[in-house]
Amino acid sequence: MKQKFDIITSTCVPLPLENVDTDQIIPARFLKATTREEQFFGDNLFRDWRYNADGTVNRDFVLNNPNYSGCILVAGKNFGSGSSREHAAWAIAGYGFRVVISSFFADIHKNNELNNFVLPVQVSEDFLSELFLAIRNNPKTEVEVDLPRQTVTNKATGRSEHFDINGYKKHCLMNGLDDIDFLVQNEDKTIEWEYGNKVC
Amino acid sequence: MNTLFDKIWDKHVVQVVDDGPTQLYIDRLYCHEVTSPQAFDGMRARGLKCFRPEKIFCMPDHNTPTHDQDKPIADPISKAQVDALERNAKEFGVTHYAMNSRDNGIIHVVGPEKGLSLPGMTIVCGDSHTSTHGAMGAVAFGIGTSEVEMVMASQCILQQKPKSMRISINGQLQKGVTAKDVALYLMAQLTTSGATGYFVEYAGEVVRNLSMEGRLTLCNLSIEMGARGGFIAPDETTFNYIKGREYAPKGEEWDKAVAYWQTLKSGDDAVFDKELTFDAADIEPRITYGTNPGMGIGITESVPENGQMAKSPEQGFQKALEYMGFKPGQMLLGTKVDYVFLGACTNGRIEDFRAFASIVKGRQKAQDVVAWLVPGSWTVDRQIREEGLDKVLAEAGFMIRQPGCSACLAMNDDKVPAGKLAVSTSNRNFEGRQGPGSRTILASPLTAAAAAVTGVITDPRKLL
Repeated sequence: MKQKFDIITSTCVPLPLENVDTDQIIPARFLKATTREEQFFGDNLFRDWRYNADGTVNRDFVLNNPNYSGCILVAGKNFGSGSSREHAAWAIAGYGFRVVISSFFADIHKNNELNNFVLPVQVSEDFLSELFLAIRNNPKTEVEVDLPRQTVTNKATGRSEHFDINGYKKHCLMNGLDDIDFLVQNEDKTIEWEYGNKVC
Repeated sequence: MNTLFDKIWDKHVVQVVDDGPTQLYIDRLYCHEVTSPQAFDGMRARGLKCFRPEKIFCMPDHNTPTHDQDKPIADPISKAQVDALERNAKEFGVTHYAMNSRDNGIIHVVGPEKGLSLPGMTIVCGDSHTSTHGAMGAVAFGIGTSEVEMVMASQCILQQKPKSMRISINGQLQKGVTAKDVALYLMAQLTTSGATGYFVEYAGEVVRNLSMEGRLTLCNLSIEMGARGGFIAPDETTFNYIKGREYAPKGEEWDKAVAYWQTLKSGDDAVFDKELTFDAADIEPRITYGTNPGMGIGITESVPENGQMAKSPEQGFQKALEYMGFKPGQMLLGTKVDYVFLGACTNGRIEDFRAFASIVKGRQKAQDVVAWLVPGSWTVDRQIREEGLDKVLAEAGFMIRQPGCSACLAMNDDKVPAGKLAVSTSNRNFEGRQGPGSRTILASPLTAAAAAVTGVITDPRKLL
């Protein structure tokens, strides 16, 4: 949390599945905690894919494959669809991921990642499939995510792409600031709005 | 430009942050027990009070058991979460409808029925199905817990303005086809990400003819197409529904409110970023076959032969069918059903119980089907009894449980066991959604009722 962002270079964990919903990222039965125990949520990230029904480790799942590691998760299109649970972002952060790369993110989840200092990097389909291929050929493939320059680079191929993030949020991530600080500081503007709108 | 969405959104803009999001004023914040405790914790850690506590309404719904609500919750972790909400609401001075009180129920059922969700409002909740309240003609959307904290702290939220889409459904729905079927049809057409980045205005003859309950169902499912929210311009149906409700404006205020609400429609010159039109004649009762709500078919159709036909990537398609135990090309009519669930913020309203009762009346529950009928609120429960539906259901072998989210997401005891097949009126058929290993077919209350009395997937039109 509130870890300042700059340039991150890391190997990746590939999850080449589309429509990964937040129920898979963290199943509902793990939402009962009343505190932000990131370690707890991280331990249960992708719980039902990571473990078999009998509680044993599912060796086929990528998080259990020792060949893959790093703080960048690379996932298929429409990552984080479904429930608004921020626990999904806490689980991703709690596991140790700082960046998620996908060709498309669900809206609510994308905001949740940003609010937890996990950077969603949206890339083209082409870039994504090339990256999946590079990681498959060499699990030690590194990716560089340069937030100041807003570029993502596949170090295996040298291919680089620009990614979008608004200037305000970029400033927040690079300086460890959050939206609540901003909104509380702007209280006078809110009061002015209320006055002008005789709120219902 | 000049869409209803623009009108409501623009009116609530406090400021647009330089090269950043919009600071949007929020009229109503709803909180349930699952996504609020960390927000209250955050407020405490920052030493903040709720900026406008009178605009915040809390109620537990996800963890509440659907029986013996007068007794303490048996699961200590669920109990801790429900207790935390009550404690937090008291400490921060916000309204709280306790479990088992006459006001309690699923937040998205209670808000509209109390007149708390009104046309022209901005409404948020840490729950993706907040889109439900759009049926009142409001801009309503789900948010994360950090955003819940933002609203508690400032009554505002920072958001990028979404794009706008209008979906018109023209013509007349056939008998036995409900708002749920319309929504399931749209999801299959658009896929679960087809409306991501958009706010959807539902329009057309079908939408205008829907009851308020039907509109709430349709808007509820907007998020399953990826849309942050969906809404319907308010009209006489809306005003008649709101009038006289607890928090509805009264007397002179009512007249003023209606005069304003009547202006809430997209201009004739409105320009949407995307416009889609569908024909009611193409929609039959719908069911899902896969593990996301977009993987759906007409009840008389068979499972697609491949992922491309299913608008789903091949790999996800195969994984889904493997999980569900279905084969490409398989007809699902006649498939044995183990569980039936009527309820959730999608279909837990009085009209849904009327629909279910209309099919089971004079018939009997299939012996080996377990049926959970869960009203969306105590108000719905009271109405069921006033209308005598409880007797109709009891005679057919069905018991009514106590209100809550129940088997929609299995956070209480109502879990579908691994491998069992449920026909559910809820909103998501994700892997394990109704309990680890559970298999879910989403359907309307009519289709759920047809399955409950026949024990197999059945076209409800045959039983009408």
